[in-house]
Amino acid sequence: MEFKDYYQIMGVKRDATQDEIKRAYRQLARKYHPDVSKDADAEARFKELGEAYEVLKDPEKRAAYDQLGVNWKAGQDFRPPPDWKEGFEFSGGGFTGADTADHSDFFESLYGRGSRPGHGGRASFHAEGEDRHARVLIDLEDAYAGTTRSITLRVPEIDAQGRLSMREHRLNVTIPRGIRAGQHIRLAGQGAPGIGQGKPGDLYLEVEFRPHARYRVEERNVYLDLPVAPWEATLGATVEVPSPSGTVELKIPADSAAGRKLRLKGRGIPGNTPGDLYVVLQIALPSADTDAAKAFYGNMAEQFKSFDPRAKPEV
Amino acid sequence: MTSEKMLPQVVGIILDEQAQLTLAELTRACAVHAELIIELVEEGVLAPIGREPHHWRFTGAHMRRARVAVHLQRDLGVNLAGAALALQLLDEVEALRARLRAMGGE
Repeated sequence: MEFKDYYQIMGVKRDATQDEIKRAYRQLARKYHPDVSKDADAEARFKELGEAYEVLKDPEKRAAYDQLGVNWKAGQDFRPPPDWKEGFEFSGGGFTGADTADHSDFFESLYGRGSRPGHGGRASFHAEGEDRHARVLIDLEDAYAGTTRSITLRVPEIDAQGRLSMREHRLNVTIPRGIRAGQHIRLAGQGAPGIGQGKPGDLYLEVEFRPHARYRVEERNVYLDLPVAPWEATLGATVEVPSPSGTVELKIPADSAAGRKLRLKGRGIPGNTPGDLYVVLQIALPSADTDAAKAFYGNMAEQFKSFDPRAKPEV
Repeated sequence: MTSEKMLPQVVGIILDEQAQLTLAELTRACAVHAELIIELVEEGVLAPIGREPHHWRFTGAHMRRARVAVHLQRDLGVNLAGAALALQLLDEVEALRARLRAMGGE
């Protein structure tokens, strides 16, 4: 497994004080919080940061980590030394307070996995399982047609000896058409198993769209920039337009200016109230790369002598 | 490796504006005590339909807001008012980003 340099992750020196570590954590946590940051890798960075902070904020864990020495480099292949844990006892101990399900193998090899069957304090042997949450990335086209995603979840399991282990639970999820970015899908009974007679929790999937090269999405409406020829824009034309649900015919009215928005009603994301598809016209100019083309543009300049492209538009 | 076709197939429901989540359901989904959700309503972060807490109905969008507020409090150590402010600013950033996209500036 790969060695992780927790000091490097937190951007602090090895002799940083606990206060400095806390400040660094707060600052980076605000920067990389997945609910705040739009960076694609924000979630991964945030998890890594949480893991680093969990070790460095705890004097005992930090001391143990420091014992590994200063010669390790991030990403180096790592095996815990044989005498590791001598004088320290982490496994199943109270040190691992956070949800360790997301921690790296490196962390687990050093500090073990937390044993936390559900939120503590439930005296009953029958308890409902916790709800679980995951994110899925889909394409915009999937929101039009619906899709199936294979999801892998790590489910904590407690064996007869009371030890906690992680089991991989895979399932195929039908993602219904009409889903929009930021919405949740609820899968009843697919969360963490209940204890005793307790019902299992639910699984919530938060859906995000992969950025699309062609379309922009706003709520349930979809935007598309469409290049048209000058004569199509001025004389009007009927053109074929790509849409997430297939090619559609679009009538461009005569005398359309660049930036004109044409609405295709109901061609946005489907649903009870379907969204609209907006086609934003962009005028593409043929280049004057031949004598004939040059002569043509010259001719146009003659023809449109009174045309002032910088004239103030009428309000 | 198991064939994808052999996996259990589950179908979920979309939590949209029509979703009618109760206080208990929202509490569970956010893994918090009901008191915190009630505080979020009092702070104006969530505006459920219905007058009394046991008649409240929340939408899918409410659930998302509630979860972000809970995460901000837990992960960044901000208080409820701070989380409410952050949510409001995040809404504004999102609206500005959308306008930027509409102008083709991104």
